[in-house]
This record gives sequence, C-alpha cells and structure tokens, in this order.
Amino acid sequence: MAVKLPIYMDYHATTPVDPRVVAEMMPYFTEHFGNAASRNHPFGWEAEEAVEKARKQVADLIGANAKEIVFTSGATESDNLAIKGVAEMYREKGNHIITAVTEHKAIIDTCKRLEKDGYRVTYLAVQKDGRINLDELRAAITDKTILITIMAANNEIGVIQPVAEIGAIAKEKGVLFHTDAVQMVGKVPFNVNDLKVDMASLSAHKMYGPKGVGALYVRRRNPRVLLSAIIDGGGHERGMRSGTLNVTGIVGFGKAAELCKQEMAVESERLRKLRDYLNEKLHKQLDELYINGSMEHRLPHNLNISFAYVEGESLLMGINDVAVSSGSACTSASLEPSYVLKALGAGDDLAHSSIRFGLGRWSTKEEVDYVADKLTAVVTKLRDMSPLYELAKEGVDLSTMVWQTEGH
Amino acid sequence: MAYSTKVIDHYENPRNVGSMPKDDPNVGTGLVGAPECGDVMKLQVKVNPETGVIDDAKFKTFGCGSAIASSSLATEWLKGKTVDEALAIKNTDIVTELSLPPVKIHCSVLAEDAIKAAISDYKKKQTAEGKTAEKVAQPTA
Repeated sequence: MAVKLPIYMDYHATTPVDPRVVAEMMPYFTEHFGNAASRNHPFGWEAEEAVEKARKQVADLIGANAKEIVFTSGATESDNLAIKGVAEMYREKGNHIITAVTEHKAIIDTCKRLEKDGYRVTYLAVQKDGRINLDELRAAITDKTILITIMAANNEIGVIQPVAEIGAIAKEKGVLFHTDAVQMVGKVPFNVNDLKVDMASLSAHKMYGPKGVGALYVRRRNPRVLLSAIIDGGGHERGMRSGTLNVTGIVGFGKAAELCKQEMAVESERLRKLRDYLNEKLHKQLDELYINGSMEHRLPHNLNISFAYVEGESLLMGINDVAVSSGSACTSASLEPSYVLKALGAGDDLAHSSIRFGLGRWSTKEEVDYVADKLTAVVTKLRDMSPLYELAKEGVDLSTMVWQTEGH
Repeated sequence: MAYSTKVIDHYENPRNVGSMPKDDPNVGTGLVGAPECGDVMKLQVKVNPETGVIDDAKFKTFGCGSAIASSSLATEWLKGKTVDEALAIKNTDIVTELSLPPVKIHCSVLAEDAIKAAISDYKKKQTAEGKTAEKVAQPTA
C-alpha cells in the first residue's frame, strides 16, 4: 500500500477531528443553535441538554462528577483559571506556588505573571528521565504554599510524572494540586480520584475533538476547591467562567471523550507497538541515537530522539513530506533550543538534534516504515557533511573542545 | 518557515562537501561556531603557492538549511579568488544572494567568520613553515 503524503506524525500538537465527532456536532450549528443560557424556550433547553450530556461524557472519561467540569476555550485558559483563580481565592492563606521547569508555557508564563504580583513560585528541576524528584517537592512545601501545579504528561517528551504520588503529598500537606493533563487524558487511564487531583486542565483538540474548547476539572468534595473567576460576565459555569457556551464545540468534546473512553485500551496498545517498532527500526538503521526522557514512564504514542551530530531544522528540511517537530532553536523565532530538553541536562547540542514523533488514531505501519527509511537516508547524508560527526569519528571528544563562539 | 529556492538548492545539492588534509601547508582550515549554538562550520581552502589563488574549497556544516547553504555558497565563491579577494567577501553578500530572512543572518556571519578563519590559518602556516615548506612531503588527499 502506497502511503499518502504528507504524513502527519505530530499528534501532540493537534489531532484531526474524528468524523464521528463532526457528525455529532453538525446539527448544533444549524438546527439546534440555541443559547444554552436561554431558560425560557425549547431552543435554549435543547442546547442546555446537549451541553449537560457532553459534561457527563467528559466527566466519565476522568472519573469525575459532571458538576465538576467547567468548560473553557481550551487548556491555556484552563491553566490560567486554575492558577490565577486559586492564587486570588487563597491569597490570605498563602502566596507560594510550586511548579516544574518542564511545564507548558501556559503554566510557566502564568506563574511568571503572578511573581510580578508578589507571589513566590518554586520551579522544581527534573531528573535526567524528565520526572520531578518527590523529595524535592516535599521539601519545597511551606506553610505559605497554596498550590502545586505539575503536568501529567509532557508535550515534548511524553514523560508521565508521578501524578498519584504528587497527589498524595499534596493531600497530606493540605495543598491544592492542579495538573495540566492535556496530553494524557483520552490516551491512557486518568482518574481524578485515584490520582488525588484537585484540578485538571483538558483540551478537546488533543483528543480528536474540535479546537477552541477545553475544560477545567474542579473538585467539589474533599476538598471543595474555590476559584476566583478570571473572566467576568453573566456568571456561566457556576460563576467560574462567564461567556456564552460554545455548544457545538462542547458537543464535539463530549463525543470525543466518549470515543476515547471506549477505544483507549485498544488504541493505546496499537500505538505503543507502532511506536516501539519505529524506535527499533531507527536504532537498527542508525547509530548514536539518544532517547530524551524516560522510556518507562512515557505516553505510548510519543517518541523523542536526538540524532547526534545532525541539526534538527536541517533534518526537518530533508523530511519535508513528514510533519514532526524539532526541539531545535531554528524552528522557531527564538534562538534557544527547547527548554524542556535542556532541563534534562542532555546538552544543548543534543537538544538541537531532536525530533518529536507523535503517533495517533490514523497512524499506520506503512507510514512508520516510510518515515524511518527517509530519516535514515537524511541523517546519513547530513552526517556525511557534519564536521562534528567527522571529529567524533576521528576520536575527538567534542565536550572537551574549545569552540570559537564569540559573536554568536 | 519558507526557504528561498537558492537555499533549498544548496541544501539538496550542496557544493564542495568534504575535507582536505589539515596538515597540508597549502590548506587553510577554519572551524567556527559551537554545537550548543546549533551551528558549526568547517571551511577549508587550498591555495596555489605560485599564484596565491584558491584552487579548491571544501566545507562541512552542522546547522540549519541556511547555514548549510551559506557555507556551500561560500565555497563556490572562494574558488578562483585570490586570498585577498576572498577576504573581501561580506556576510551581507551571502544574505542577498540567498535571500536570508533576519533570523538567519547569523548563518551568513558564521560563513564569513569561517572564510576569515580558514585564510588566517593558511597565512599562519605560510609564515611558520616558510623556510621548511619545501621539505614537507605533500600528503595525498
């Protein structure tokens, strides 16, 4: 079977909407277009009913109660609401927040803003495998700590944090625990009670739903989490998030969640095998590959590899019919390589050489074969023109070389 | 990011990739950049001692497509130039020829640095080995 080009292997960035989700959404654009907040006519009732069904579908996916789901415009808003909402509500209790250096920018930048407003933030380092050290977390907690926010699974390296252990520590210390669970929910089991999570950010478009809709899970019991709203208005979503509900998007989110719940076990196993096959094939065909982050605690559909002595952007240029991401600086306007990979301590040169593969619902073995073979050809060609590869083959230890870097 | 057709052409068909013996007295080698910055260029020139003209130029580059294109173009331009003419090549010439966007100007700067480093290495060898050059056997490539 010939593969259709270009190949999409960037499912951590976004996913296509499942056609079954689209079908569910369609009537809500035209026929059932009501405002879910219209309480006095059937148009509003239909919309509200659809939203409540979706709320239940999303809640069921994470083992929550429907009343604990607050719909938002996406995970960035959910992260902002969780952190700023807690910070303002619990200001009298304390002003200290704990997070980690490998968090998504929606978390890091929100924390940075709060620091300007007088909050204190601890950014935990990660170990070589990408996970935080639980003893460091425990030691960082003070009587002023009001929130721990640590992501469930990382968007670049797919590394899964010890969420349940963090939840247990937070509970023991009486500190609220928020997790950005965008990459994990819908892919592998995630239960807010088993993991002792107080808040969790979710996004529809990472799990085959539409863009522009997400949710924040907010625990109602044991403890009851209170949040200050960050958007003022009509008091929708129990006063936590004003704004007319995106009914079509929410309906799609609900259906996407239902499908993930039904298919997760089979799908994640299929993707794990496919990912392992990609990894083994690359290792068979190329030397000097370095996997970034733990292979044991990792999302089944993620692989992040550094191809030593080859720069990431030039690698992407050679595989321009394959959609993947690189941790190299040159792919973005900034000249700094991925801060996540740097945090692993692998060295900037390996960060520049990294590629993130994200497999998903429509990935096939044929696609994996094509990508692995093409990468092998391009890496070989680029290594032939790499002065670093030449030096390494001559036996020069690159880490001890003195480089002329002035002016760069 | 969209690349100019010239950058793509140099990336797909790089000119003069390779290495010349570093200890050849007529070969000057420049190695600039650093792995942690995402760019390392090695550029070599082989100068005809009789005429002072660059007979051959080779490069190897670790870097993005624009860095590869900048060094590939540099080797094309170097061939046939005298050492002094080569020193007159400016990074802005490379920017213009390859239509590099602002975020890629550092690639052209690095290429200019590589040219200067290679020629300075050649000149250093000439001064140091001036008296003994004739006795040194020419290594085969």
